[in-house]
Amino acid sequence: MSSPDRLVYMANQIGTFFRSQGHDKAVPGIADHIKKFWDPRMKRAIFAHLDAGGAGLEPNVLEALTSLKQP
Amino acid sequence: MSLIEEIDYGTPRSKSETMVTLTIDGNQVTVPEGTSIMRAAMDAGHQIPKLCATDMVDAFGSCRLCVVEIEGRAGTPASCTTPVMPGLVVHTQSERLKKLRKGVMELYISDHPLDCLTCGANGDCELQDMAGAVGLRDVRYGYEGENHVFAKSHGEINAAWMPKDESNPYFTYDPSKCIVCSRCVRACEEVQGTFALTISGRGFDSRVSPGMSESFLGSECVSCGACVQACPTATLTEKSVIEIGQPEHSVVTTCAYCGVGCTFKAEMRGEEVVRMVPYKDGKANRGHSCVKGRFAWGYTNHKERILNPMIRERIEDPWREVSWDEAFSFAADRMRGIQQKYGRDAIGGITSSRCTNEETYLVQKLIRAGFGNNNVDTCARVCHSPTGYGLSQTFGTSAGTQDFDSVEDTDVAMIIGANPASAHPVFASRLKKRLRQGAKLIVLDPRRTEMVESPHVKALHLPLMPGTNVAVVTALAHVIVTEGLVNETFVRERCDWSEFEEWAAFVAQPKHSPEATAILTGVDPNDLREAARIYATGGNGAIYYGLGVTEHSQGSTTVIAIANLAMATGNIGRPGVGVNPLRGQNNVQGSCDMGSFPHELPGYRHISGDAVRDQFEALWNVKLNPEPGLRIPNMFDAAIEGTFMGIYVQGEDILQSDPNTKHVVAALSAMECVIVHDLFLNETANYAHVFLPGSSFLEKDGTFTNAERRIQRVRKVMSPKNGMADWEVTIALAKAMGLEMNYSHPSEIMDEIAALTPTFAGVSYAKLDELGSVQWPCNEKAPEGTPVMHIGGFVRGKGKFIVTEYVATDERTGPRFPLLLTTGRILSQYNVGAQTRRTENVVWHAEDRLEIHPHDAELRGVRDGDWVRLQSRAGETTLRAEITDRVSPGVVYTTFHHPDTQANVITTEYSDWATNCPEYKVTAVQISPSNGPSDWQKSYDEQARHSRRIAPAEAAE
Repeated sequence: MSSPDRLVYMANQIGTFFRSQGHDKAVPGIADHIKKFWDPRMKRAIFAHLDAGGAGLEPNVLEALTSLKQP
Repeated sequence: MSLIEEIDYGTPRSKSETMVTLTIDGNQVTVPEGTSIMRAAMDAGHQIPKLCATDMVDAFGSCRLCVVEIEGRAGTPASCTTPVMPGLVVHTQSERLKKLRKGVMELYISDHPLDCLTCGANGDCELQDMAGAVGLRDVRYGYEGENHVFAKSHGEINAAWMPKDESNPYFTYDPSKCIVCSRCVRACEEVQGTFALTISGRGFDSRVSPGMSESFLGSECVSCGACVQACPTATLTEKSVIEIGQPEHSVVTTCAYCGVGCTFKAEMRGEEVVRMVPYKDGKANRGHSCVKGRFAWGYTNHKERILNPMIRERIEDPWREVSWDEAFSFAADRMRGIQQKYGRDAIGGITSSRCTNEETYLVQKLIRAGFGNNNVDTCARVCHSPTGYGLSQTFGTSAGTQDFDSVEDTDVAMIIGANPASAHPVFASRLKKRLRQGAKLIVLDPRRTEMVESPHVKALHLPLMPGTNVAVVTALAHVIVTEGLVNETFVRERCDWSEFEEWAAFVAQPKHSPEATAILTGVDPNDLREAARIYATGGNGAIYYGLGVTEHSQGSTTVIAIANLAMATGNIGRPGVGVNPLRGQNNVQGSCDMGSFPHELPGYRHISGDAVRDQFEALWNVKLNPEPGLRIPNMFDAAIEGTFMGIYVQGEDILQSDPNTKHVVAALSAMECVIVHDLFLNETANYAHVFLPGSSFLEKDGTFTNAERRIQRVRKVMSPKNGMADWEVTIALAKAMGLEMNYSHPSEIMDEIAALTPTFAGVSYAKLDELGSVQWPCNEKAPEGTPVMHIGGFVRGKGKFIVTEYVATDERTGPRFPLLLTTGRILSQYNVGAQTRRTENVVWHAEDRLEIHPHDAELRGVRDGDWVRLQSRAGETTLRAEITDRVSPGVVYTTFHHPDTQANVITTEYSDWATNCPEYKVTAVQISPSNGPSDWQKSYDEQARHSRRIAPAEAAE
């Protein structure tokens, strides 16, 4: 599995954990997790993927990444 | 320096708080109720002669040497079996006692060889000491009678004589020297809990018998050494003592194998280790040991150990031995070159859980301050990183909550995904002791483990399907909530109530019930309900867990689920309870504490925190990068992508230990500089450009932190055979890269750690020397450390309940791969086996075997011992099958100690959602008969052999 497929997979895995907490907790939870644990090149790659449409990303994850990308 | 002599009080310490005063030999002595007269006398400095008593086991009263006189009582009671009472007046020496003792010794010696001068125990023999103590001068019976001493008597074969048993590689059993005191038998029962030894026969025919009169090696003996330690004569003696002689000085140090962290005395002659003896004052092991720590240290002298630095241009070249300076400048040039070419973030390093805190701290410092990025990770990534995440989310700090002594107050022990009898044997022995006293045991494991099969232990075993931990633990919570077993007082007082309510509503849903989840977990709902009831209502409930919890796609979720369970039942914050991760390696806890993770500085503080960074920047005099770095699996991905090209690996064999070997090979092959710092040319070194020889735990000073957060000293007992301790190697590499580090001793590194880390603020070598060890947090609030955490409140404030939804792993069985493979460790071997494979421990486990259920084996035409091909989506390997019902149908199991097995060729790159901890414990596989090693194994072996060539030194001119 190579980037960005692997990163999409990882991001969705995080999304899956937070899903049972409901949308309002899940979106900031996912954003915070990626912010805290992902290296800059991984963030850059997933943001690039997001800019290209974010194919394959779960809705909560897509929303979280969009919020994280804004400075 | 001299030999540390530990006082043998004869009988165990009494825990009573009621004190009793009596008179012994005219002195008033005050001791706890329940103490024996023998121990009370020793407390007062009067040693009563004894042979069958020793303070590691209960009194037995068989030798009759310890007799005393008590005023107002008839006869001469044995002081070991007679408890103290208020006002007793005891005499330990009188004419009558002298005569009795001399008579006893005379009988003993009449059936004992008189070869003291050439005996292995010469200088360390209690029988000899006692003969001296009672003034034995003559044996009136002679030596002609019936005896166990001579092979022939009166020209005839002596049927009572037995030859030496030398089957165990580490100690001998010489029955001719046995006095049948049964200390070995009792040590095996009471201390180790294996029950391998017994006394067969009666009277004169009594013999110590391993199993059913088998050899030691052929019996159930696990070679822990407790019997050898207990033996008062030369009957059970370390072969190293027989070979070398008695030690002349000893140094207290810490074992470098598992996370129990046993304290040992390294007994020495000059710089040669004579033997390692567990230290009674060691607070983790309390005088006990296992086969690894006690005996398997010979790897330090193994011929394959590399003692000179080596470099090579390309991994296809043979190694070239060079000077340290040349190796450092070669490595530094390459690493700096990579940074110039690919950017500052293109290099990184891995710290080792086998190395000391000080060494680990220096490696992360080199990376953060010297490399200028945060690409530092540690082997804890692949074992307990989910523990770090899960426990810090719920409790506020990522460490086990108890000390090991806590188990003595436990009423219900729940073990999840761990097999302490094999992987944490000394803790297992302490637990088994408690279980024999009546505590209950629940085991959640796909396999009927050695722990479940322990003698005199009744376990409620829930054999779950691999990968269903979250479903099972959530079902336990379901029962606790729906049957009204929640400790509401505790939850209201200590935890966030609204989060609890949310969680309780979640777990109470019918879909989380044991009945609803049984179809996927395979666990009998009645057993599961019973386990939940026992844990919630059985008194002090303690959870111990291992890598069977963490190494899953939902590893972090299970850790959270476990924490929820402990909070809901109020099993946190006092002795006997808690959540206890059993750490795999000696310093997993320490390497995590020392800031080895890419996102956090020492003391678990996130790198993005300005205040924390400021503190480190001021002391280190550099600017730190506020962004987290790459984790190990991310490093591999980035290497294949071409953005991560150089790595410094200290003391970890990532190629053998990380999942999906082919992926790791591709990553390592892509890198332009791989620096391996290790004792041996390990598997990773096959892809390395620089090899820096490492030093063993016997050759350096430092500290390890065990699974109970206990910081313990590692003390140098010999000069580093490679010339430099590992911390010195890192300092020199840093210097070559332009980062000055000025430390003349590891104690100075610890001082820096203490200055920068609040939980370590009170730690210093002086304090460790004074107290023996401390458990962090150790600071102003807790100057002597913290044995039990979260007393009165959680570190984070209120305990946090988090919902844990079960999500099936994407690694699924199907028509092509219908079986689930899970992995584990065996007692005699340790992890990748780099150390233990280079000791005599191979007699117990020379190869990895595949455990398979008879049904699955029959279906595939596999017989016991057959070679089988083990195939997964990721790769295939071959090994031999062992047919057993320890595993359920549909599940197969193997260990991963041998590089030729290549168990990780099979495992996949799936990982924990939160931490990327690999999912080692679940792989869908297929098994088929095979003729021998796979093509991959053959080509791997060829590459390894090719890669390990060392060029002959050039002739001097």
